[in-house]
Amino acid sequence: MSTTALTATGPAATPTATDTPRRRRLRRSVWTRPGTLISAAVLVVALLWALIPQVFSSHEPNVGTFQPLLEPNATNWFGTDAVGRDLFTRVVWGTRESLTGAVIAVLVGLVVGTLIGLLAGTQRGWVDSVLMRFIDVLLSIPALLLSLSVIILLGFGTMNAAIAVGVTSVATFARLARSQVLSVAGSDYVEAAYGSGGTQWQVLVRHILPNSLTPVLALAALQFGSAILQLSTLSFLGYGAPPPTPEWGLIIADARDYMATSWWLTVLPGLVIVAVVCATNYLAQLIRKEA
Amino acid sequence: MTRQPLLEVTDLVVSYATAGGREVHAVNGVSLAVHAGQITAIVGESGSGKSTTAQAIIGLLPGNADIDAGEIRLDGRDLAGLSEKQWRGIRGTRIGLIPQDPNNSLNPVKTIGESVAEGLAVHRRGTAATRKARVLELLEQVGIDDPARRYDQYPHELSGGMKQRVLIAAAVALEPDLIIADEPTSALDVTVQKIILDLLDDMRRQLGIGILFITHDLAVAGDRADHIVVMQRGEVRESGYAATVLTDPRDPYTRQLLADAPSLAVADVHRRRPVPDGDAPPLLVVDGVTQRFGDFTAVDDVSFTVDRGTTHAVVGESGSGKTTLGRSIALFNQPTAGSITVDGTEITTLGRKQRRDLRRSIQLVYQNPYSSLDPRQTIGATVAEPLRNFTRSGKAEAATRVERYLDLVALDSGTAARRPAELSGGQRQRVAIARALILEPELLVLDEAVSALDVTVQAQILRLLDELQHELGLTYVFISHDLAVVRQISDTVSVMSRGRQVEAGPTERVFRAPESDFTRQLIDAIPGRRYRGGDLNLGL
Repeated sequence: MSTTALTATGPAATPTATDTPRRRRLRRSVWTRPGTLISAAVLVVALLWALIPQVFSSHEPNVGTFQPLLEPNATNWFGTDAVGRDLFTRVVWGTRESLTGAVIAVLVGLVVGTLIGLLAGTQRGWVDSVLMRFIDVLLSIPALLLSLSVIILLGFGTMNAAIAVGVTSVATFARLARSQVLSVAGSDYVEAAYGSGGTQWQVLVRHILPNSLTPVLALAALQFGSAILQLSTLSFLGYGAPPPTPEWGLIIADARDYMATSWWLTVLPGLVIVAVVCATNYLAQLIRKEA
Repeated sequence: MTRQPLLEVTDLVVSYATAGGREVHAVNGVSLAVHAGQITAIVGESGSGKSTTAQAIIGLLPGNADIDAGEIRLDGRDLAGLSEKQWRGIRGTRIGLIPQDPNNSLNPVKTIGESVAEGLAVHRRGTAATRKARVLELLEQVGIDDPARRYDQYPHELSGGMKQRVLIAAAVALEPDLIIADEPTSALDVTVQKIILDLLDDMRRQLGIGILFITHDLAVAGDRADHIVVMQRGEVRESGYAATVLTDPRDPYTRQLLADAPSLAVADVHRRRPVPDGDAPPLLVVDGVTQRFGDFTAVDDVSFTVDRGTTHAVVGESGSGKTTLGRSIALFNQPTAGSITVDGTEITTLGRKQRRDLRRSIQLVYQNPYSSLDPRQTIGATVAEPLRNFTRSGKAEAATRVERYLDLVALDSGTAARRPAELSGGQRQRVAIARALILEPELLVLDEAVSALDVTVQAQILRLLDELQHELGLTYVFISHDLAVVRQISDTVSVMSRGRQVEAGPTERVFRAPESDFTRQLIDAIPGRRYRGGDLNLGL
């Protein structure tokens, strides 16, 4: 009976444009919208590329067997690069490297960030202050600068690049987790759980964690897309996987000298990255809204 | 009645389109009439369609709702199907609205004066100066002290009752013919409720306005209305003169409502009096308990004792300190001073470990069954949780216990597999009670445990509590703002006002011969005076 949420004074209430025109907005299920289906398809293809790249291409990813700098054609869908390697094959084989890196990056951010947020939110007091000031410091450093510094400390390589990217998202995860924990911890059912004789640990695991995790997981899905981008940026700059490993960022970096003459070397792998990132973002937004 | 009614609704059908593409008929063939200078009350429980009916009449249905059939005639003119522009000429000038919760119905960044003047300004009545004079006059009329000062104040500086007066002033500002009051007092304290209803009545008499009054409380409707329309699940169950409906109800549902309304007390919880054991020491002794938060004293020197197997009620309005006191007894608060002894154990000085152990014998039931159950856990897991914490019983054993306690609170065993979202408010509160009882505590603190429930559900829960007390020998501390309920369920009572205990004693004595003015005011404010038939039936 609470639908009369009039915010203005009764008689002067600003009328909402929802009544007399007989409109009926029947919501179509969000899971069958074209956007959802396309995004899901893109991700499924990317996943298959990462798992079984040999099925999608019979060429060699790291050895030049064609003429260099061929335009896209029937055999070489994305054309060939400066040393005659099939570009499509390299993109397909590079998927595993890029996706694994992104997964690791998200996991680092998710686990470390959530733990910090959980600790801060449940312990309060000086623990909260110290942890959150640390998070503030992390937030004040630009993401790229932070990941570069971490890489310099850890050394180059895919794994280290992934960890570096993960570190940049720790602050976001920690803040979100803390705010969720705070609102859940103040609820009646958490107090009732203490009232049932629950110890702090039991209440945390049974009630606080499950109820505050949904938005955090939705953020993880969203971070996945940006992690792919950040990883590609790092490899492009030369801090990630060493050549000749096929990796999306690296493929584009290799091609930058030929940008003016051979457009396909940068544009086509770039489009693949854009497609995957857009697809994950779309689905992540959907999960966040529906959850 | 030969005169044409001011508002006439005939066979109104309103349906909502839901997410699944289904249509739900919220209002199904409702007919009612409001006459000038009279009050028609729509009475119904939550989900009965009473608010939807009101929204349809003022043309403020939500976007997914539609009027499918029927007529809404104001002075003979059909309102269904008017354009938005035409509606603007009617809302405010012809039909005024008093919303349910005054606390979020005023724009917080506008002064009281601006809020009341808004309707006048929108409809271009007078100049700024004459509008101000009119607003001051209106504020005076609704009983706001020092209108000139209040004019420039903001909503947060006013109490809930004051805000509702302001909203009434805004509603009558354009002198409408009809006012729709949607549960105008359910967010207010009982004493304030009475004042606001008296004010509405005055306005009706002075200005000859017809009022459509929406309420869940049959007793309030009986006190105020000329006509009563009883609704259930979108349909009118009974309608007629208030006196006829209340004294000679035809419909079984109306009879049920009458029986369950605590303030009308036609039927009662039929309490079986506990046999007082003169020698046994009291289970709970509260002695000089004081709770301060900074400079603010929430509870000031409260003392009472509760015998084993009896119910002690703590009554008061919002801010009286009753909940703080209850939480201290339920081990969630450490009072600043004073002592609380349960079964000989002083509980205010316990350490964390001892306090946890004592939760086996002291349990709290919360007011809001929607927030006190973990939405992600099944009912079975929720009820079993105290067992898991305190006993080493195996899964099968715990499941049997859970089933037994669900049965005890009259829920079938299939409930264990469901989640809170699948249950109604009453069912949830039963679950909360089952969780509190599974450890077989001795003392149960019930913090407004039935206030959020519809009257029939409330009556069921009260009966349940009474049965459980008898079967298990439980002792209750029953915290409530509702004297009518307290009268039914309690043996002894403390009345609190602003942290002070203004009166304490056996319930019967307090109701029959209240010693303090405040208690007398509270008792006077119990609605249903008109049809209770002389004195309060104390049910004792």
